This record gives sequence, structure tokens and C-alpha cells, in this order.
Amino acid sequence: MDASVQHEQATIPDGEKLSAVMQTIAEHKGCGTSGGSGKASCGSGAGQNDLPPDIWEKVKNHPCYSEEAHHHYARMHVAVAPACNIQCNYCNRKYDCANESRPGVVSEKLSPEQAAKKVLAVASTIPQMTVLGIAGPGDPLANPEKTFKTFELIAKTAPDIKLCLSTNGLALPDHVDTIAGFNVDHVTITINMVDPEIGAKIYPWVFWKHKRYTGVEAAKLLTDRQLQGLEMLTERGILCKVNSVMIPGVNDKHLVEVNKAVKSRGAFLHNIMPLISSPEHGTVFGLTGQRGPTAQELKALQDECEGEMNMMRHCRQCRADAVGLLGEDRSAEFTTDKIMAMEVNYDIDSRKAYQAAVEEERVAKVVAKQEELASLAGQSSDIKLLVAVATKGSGLINEHFGHAKEFQVYELSTAGAKFVGHRRVDLYCQGGYGDEDSLETVIRAINDCHAVFVAKIGGCPKSDLLAAGIEPVDQYAHEFIEKSAIAWFKDYLEKVNSGEMAHVVRGDAEIRQGALISVA
Amino acid sequence: MTLKIIASQCTSCSACEPECPNVAISEKNGTFVIDPKKCTECIGHFDEPQCAAVCPVDNTCVIDTSYPRYQPPA
Repeated sequence: MDASVQHEQATIPDGEKLSAVMQTIAEHKGCGTSGGSGKASCGSGAGQNDLPPDIWEKVKNHPCYSEEAHHHYARMHVAVAPACNIQCNYCNRKYDCANESRPGVVSEKLSPEQAAKKVLAVASTIPQMTVLGIAGPGDPLANPEKTFKTFELIAKTAPDIKLCLSTNGLALPDHVDTIAGFNVDHVTITINMVDPEIGAKIYPWVFWKHKRYTGVEAAKLLTDRQLQGLEMLTERGILCKVNSVMIPGVNDKHLVEVNKAVKSRGAFLHNIMPLISSPEHGTVFGLTGQRGPTAQELKALQDECEGEMNMMRHCRQCRADAVGLLGEDRSAEFTTDKIMAMEVNYDIDSRKAYQAAVEEERVAKVVAKQEELASLAGQSSDIKLLVAVATKGSGLINEHFGHAKEFQVYELSTAGAKFVGHRRVDLYCQGGYGDEDSLETVIRAINDCHAVFVAKIGGCPKSDLLAAGIEPVDQYAHEFIEKSAIAWFKDYLEKVNSGEMAHVVRGDAEIRQGALISVA
Repeated sequence: MTLKIIASQCTSCSACEPECPNVAISEKNGTFVIDPKKCTECIGHFDEPQCAAVCPVDNTCVIDTSYPRYQPPA
């Protein structure tokens, strides 16, 4: 589908607009796509039909599965599953800092009953909360009674909330029928390898059928069970996303093989995440000095796999008790003490009304992007560049430069604006970083970008950014991100083509790690 | 002998509790404890003590030498 056809569809009368736009999205890709390249914002080059309308229908309100949805819909995790059945070298369950943001960590464990109450309390307070996930902090399927009891209680009291779970896969084949029985339609499996020799470097042991297995034997068992579980789920029509941790020098190149293996078994989305390995977390990789990837290494691997299947690039690697939109964490508002004291009035109708309003906002964003994209039609250039955007959500450039805790990164080309990731720039409660110049932190994190789009920016950071070769752009304050980025890119191309300025290639950027200082 | 859980190491993850064939493990003051009267070191049940095999923190479920060695019934 070319851009002019999209433009026509986007300007048909109001009554038909919503369904037409949605159909355009569904036909095209599913993750809020645009543009002649056929690449979605959460990416895929595998062809127009790789995300059929029925799958789009399932993921369109799921922030962890649709990049487009994560601006609008929220999720929560309940920490009912503390036990785990495998050991990973990037995980350490022993230390929990309340301000820390990484998977496998929670501040308090919940019983299934407490979890159900919490879900109702959160859903009543945050009407765009559409998804409940159980992601640990151990493995949900190593705690099957607690996990499924929680699902049962929530399905009874809040039937409109989607249920999902995230597992290491070891126990998965034993529970597929139960998962299907609870209408869990999204499952995430963390698969870091399909070669046991590589697995032995990631997993010291697994516990299975009353025995601890180590080394290659453990990894062989794990990969066999993971792939079997994946096949069993997709056979039953349950949507599967695969998470992989990118560990440079261990499985980075191998993840291309993993990508092929999971695609051929029916996974619909692959999420390659950077290793988190600060020494203060006390993980094996943290203590041995195993580094994580740079921003460009991560992007290059994601780009390489994108030809095979949809890639997810908006993962925030959140905690197993996170609450709210991705990139924000409101879990501190919903501690057990607070939720037990809350009067909960669960009103499905008001939630539906709110979500309908969100849907209108979302359609407006898509229309704006498509209109701007049409104006780019006919331009051709080999230039591809990255820009960073300060946003609080809703797909708008609506955050002050100095207040941004993260920047979203878009790749611009004549094919349009494509979301390719985000960069954390918050401060961290780790030794040595407290006094660090925050502007330097930001520049290191977005050093591969040509421009940064903000709602507002002060004079000082503006000149420092310019000195670092990053253009601060505040002329599109409170406008839609993609539309603005495309408009800016058009101007950029004109300047380059007219000889007014030369296109330069930017360097690499750093992926920030460590514990997040909560600002709430 | 019996096994014991070093409280300062225990993460309270609860993984050991359902694995114990003797239902000897329970939660007490935020961590898990093994009832020495019930623990059989898994002798006769499994090849290795299950609590130690599933525990995510090394050297946390350990033999308590202050108790005599468990004698399986003849």
C-alpha cells in the first residue's frame, strides 16, 4: 500500500474514519504502521500479512505487545510468584532496592487474594489499565497454584482485563492446557539460546523433576522444554512473544538463530533486550564484569532479526510489580497497606467510556502521521538518521527537556518515522553517579541522534547540545511525534539537497543501567 | 542430622516449601524454617535434599550438624 492510498483512507468522512484507519493498520502491519516501506513502528519487514487482523485485534490494547498501544494503555504486574525453578547468571533475587527497576525484583510479595484486590484498586484508579501480567519475581509456572488462583479471582471480578504471563518455559509444557483454560491469550517466554553449549554459559542450573541439573545437560533440558511449550501454545492459538537477553560475546550473534527457531514455531513478536549487569546487583554477570551492549549494537541486532519477524523495541524491562504505563511506575501508590484500605468501585462502563476516548486520540495520531507521510511521497534519499523525543505519552512531544526521564528514539528516512527504542536518562542510586552532570548523561544516551524534540528547553542545555552536534527542536511542542519528525526530516533533506548543510553520520550511544531513583 | 535454612541468606522465595516430601518447611518471621523433627534429608525420597537443590542462594539450605544423622526406618 502506498502513502497516497493511506492518505485517501485517512480523509474519508468521520463516520467511517475509525474503522477505515483501523483496517489500514490491520492490513498493513498491526503495530501502528505507516509508510511505503511496509515497516511497522514495532517493526517487521516480513510482509504485510505477518500480523493478521485477528492478531491485531488481540494486541492492539496491549502495551507489552504493541508499540503503538503502549502510549495509551497501561499494564500491571502482581508479584504472586516468588519461587523459581532455574538460575540465570543475569538474575539475583537476593537484593531488592525499592527504587530499583529491573526484572525479578519486587518490594513485597502478594497472596492471590491481595493481588486480586490490588488489580481492582488499580483498574478503578487507572481506567486505561487493560492488562494484568504475572511475571514473577520468580517464575509464574514454578508457582502454579498461586498464579492460577490469581487468574481465577480476577477473571471472576474483572472479566474485561486481559491476562498474560511471562515464563522461562521449563514448566510450560505441563501447564499449557490450564493456561488455555483461563483464556490467557498472551504468553511471553524468555529464550536466550537454542544451543545448549551457549546455554551452559547463561544458566548454572535448572531444577526439574526433583533433580538439579547443571551445565550443558541443564541447558539442553531447558531449550527442549521451551521450544516444546512454544509449539504447544501456538498450536492452541495463544499469542507468544519471545524475550531474549542480549549478552555480548555470549549469545549476541546466536540470537539470530534463536529468532529463526522461534519464528518457525509460531512466535509472533521477538523482544531482544540489553543485558542489565551492574556489579552492585550481585549477579554472576555483574560480578564477572560481563558488559551489556551499546545502543547501536542492540539496534543492529534488532534490525538484523527484523527481516524475519516483528521486533519489539519499546520494552522497559520493568519490575515484576510494576504498575502503569510502560516507562512510568506507579506501584508506590498501591502498596498492600494502601490497597487494603481502599474503597474499590469497579465500574466496567466508565472504563469502557474512558478507553473509547483513548481510541479517538489514538486514531487522530495515526491520521496526522499518515497525512504528513503523504507529503513525503516522491522524495528519495539514502539518508537514515535517529532523533530523540521527550514525551509523557499519548504520542505527543509534551515533555520538557530537563524533566525527561527517558527519550524515545525514532529512525527517520523517506519511508517515514519508525520507533526504534528508548533511552533512559534518569539518575541512579549507585555510587559515583549521584553528582554526575545530568546533561552529560543525556548526551551520552542520545549521542547517536541528530536532533532532540522537546516541548521546552532552556538556553544553557540548548547550546551544549548544539556543541555536541545534536539539534534541539522545540518548534513542534505539544504536536504529534511522528508527524512532527517527518516534517522536520523533510526540512533536513531540503537543506542537505540544497547544499545549505552536509549530512554527517553520528556515533554510538550508551545504554544506562542500574537502579532508578523514583521521582514519585 | 537434618537440614537447616540460614535465615540471613533466605530470600523468602518459597521455592523449597512445596518441594519438601515431609512438609517440614514453613514460613516464620519472614523467612522459611525446617522442622528438624520432620526432616529426613530426603533419604528414601530423592537423591538429593530438595530444599538445597531448588534454593536460589548457594549454602543456604545446609546440614545442621547439631542433630544426629537421620536413620531411615528398617
